[in-house]
Amino acid sequence: MNSTGQERGADQAGTASAHAEPVVSVRGLVKCYGSHEAVAGIDLEVRRGEIFAFLGPNGAGKTTTVEILEGFRQRTHGQVCVLGHDPATAGGAWRDRVGVVLQESEPEPGLSVRECLALYAGFYKGPRDIDETIALVGLAGKAGTLGTRLSGGQRRRLDFALALIGDPELIFLDEPTTGFDPSARRAAWEVVAGLRQLGKTIFLTTHYMDEAEYLADRIAVLSAGRIVARGTPRTLGGRDHMSTAITFTLPAELQARDLPEGLRPLAGAGPGGSTALHSESPLVHLQMLGNWAIGRGFDLPDLDVHRPTLEEVYLSLTGSTSTKD
Amino acid sequence: MIRMALHQSSYDLRAFLRNRQSQFFTLALPVLFLVILGSLFGGKGQTTAASGGRIHTSVYYVSGIMALGVIAACFGNLVASVTAQRERGVLKRRRATPVPATAIIAGRVVTAVVIAVVMSAVVLGIGWAAYGVHIPGRTAFALVVTVVIGAASFCCLGYALTCLIRNEDTALPTTQALLLPLYFISGVFVAVSILPHWLADVGEIFPVRHMADALLVAYNPHTTGLGFAGQDLLIVAAWGAAGFLIAVRKFSWLPLGR
Repeated sequence: MNSTGQERGADQAGTASAHAEPVVSVRGLVKCYGSHEAVAGIDLEVRRGEIFAFLGPNGAGKTTTVEILEGFRQRTHGQVCVLGHDPATAGGAWRDRVGVVLQESEPEPGLSVRECLALYAGFYKGPRDIDETIALVGLAGKAGTLGTRLSGGQRRRLDFALALIGDPELIFLDEPTTGFDPSARRAAWEVVAGLRQLGKTIFLTTHYMDEAEYLADRIAVLSAGRIVARGTPRTLGGRDHMSTAITFTLPAELQARDLPEGLRPLAGAGPGGSTALHSESPLVHLQMLGNWAIGRGFDLPDLDVHRPTLEEVYLSLTGSTSTKD
Repeated sequence: MIRMALHQSSYDLRAFLRNRQSQFFTLALPVLFLVILGSLFGGKGQTTAASGGRIHTSVYYVSGIMALGVIAACFGNLVASVTAQRERGVLKRRRATPVPATAIIAGRVVTAVVIAVVMSAVVLGIGWAAYGVHIPGRTAFALVVTVVIGAASFCCLGYALTCLIRNEDTALPTTQALLLPLYFISGVFVAVSILPHWLADVGEIFPVRHMADALLVAYNPHTTGLGFAGQDLLIVAAWGAAGFLIAVRKFSWLPLGR
């Protein structure tokens, strides 16, 4: 798992993946329920071999969009192409290439993990090896256990295994870790990261920032049925151009106007009586601040340098509409 | 399609055999009713009016409970299990695979028919061992055909009913509320000959009565010919066809209650 944000960001900026054929291509997608537009005209493209994260608060239209891409729902307007076909009319040969982890689905009642996989393997032309798939999702010790006796995290792994058994090219994961404890989420991420190694294309919906940041090559943020931002985890919403906040508390006898000339225009009030510098060249400004403080013989013990997190960017993007639901 | 339907059916059957509730309502209850009704009313010399003359009451109950067994497997159990599969997202997930919709439905129908045929054989076996009823020879073919037509028709009706039930917890009470009164007025629990006319006439409308009648004709030792109750079978099949049309139009693969 050394596929860091930097590497993926660089790859994204380069030409290699930009020219890969789109696996999912959506133009002007609209879905209405009565007079309500759940999806209000979105465009998106997912390229082969990438993990695409669809981020948004509950009720933003994520699941509606994914279920249209999976062929479960009919769209109202727009063009949708998944693996070269329209999901609304695609048949069994198309489903043979697509794996789906639904947001909510319980295990097959009365069947063990291995039996569930054997049942589903029989539905596909070229299924993966059953025991190998069970091992891939980390359920090797539970192969003989009834699906209904598994814990929540283990059930999700069984869902992953069932989505993988047909050896699909494209996998939809709809909020795969909602309701998980932190260690179960981490384990699920490892499984998804493993799918990347297998060369699968993954369409992930989530409302967890850290999940998107850890897994995604590219992110689109959905809010009230519209895409409000798109980019890599590093560039989303202009995050890479946002200023860094340098906050510190000055000794009682000093004030912001005593700062060196180059820093004075950046200074503002920080939380709890502190001073905040909003800097676009944090290293230069930190050096000036440090030289100035050391030259006067004092320290800045509560010095804090803060870059906006993906979560802050996301909340600023969706904040005005996320109370809707 | 057929290969996938049979493949799925073998797993559905396995799941059925691990579900105590379905086993009780589908396998144990018909046997329990046969033993209770046979012991209450089917003593030595007890006879019931049937076409062609009087028959032993235990013979009457064997065919009636056979009808109950077929209906329990194909209607009661099917409605409960399909509704549960749908509401838990199991059907939706199966639909996300290449398996055709017809194979999922056909597979479940095959499961129900297998259970119905086994149940009929068990009821017949118990009747023969405990009450000395006969095993039909000449009409055996008609008996099997009647069981299969009835099973398929009640499966269609079951699929139609699942379209109206939004919650898996109400599936079993709904089917029992429909079936229990019908068993009483359709000659399953009580001979039609002792029912008030108006009640027997109400029972005539519904397929339970005609299923019981068709099985009685195929099992009645006084029956002449091959033992096909053509009119009753047609009425059962017509109900099945109506159920099929409703199911084709209204059946949902996605949960309704969420």
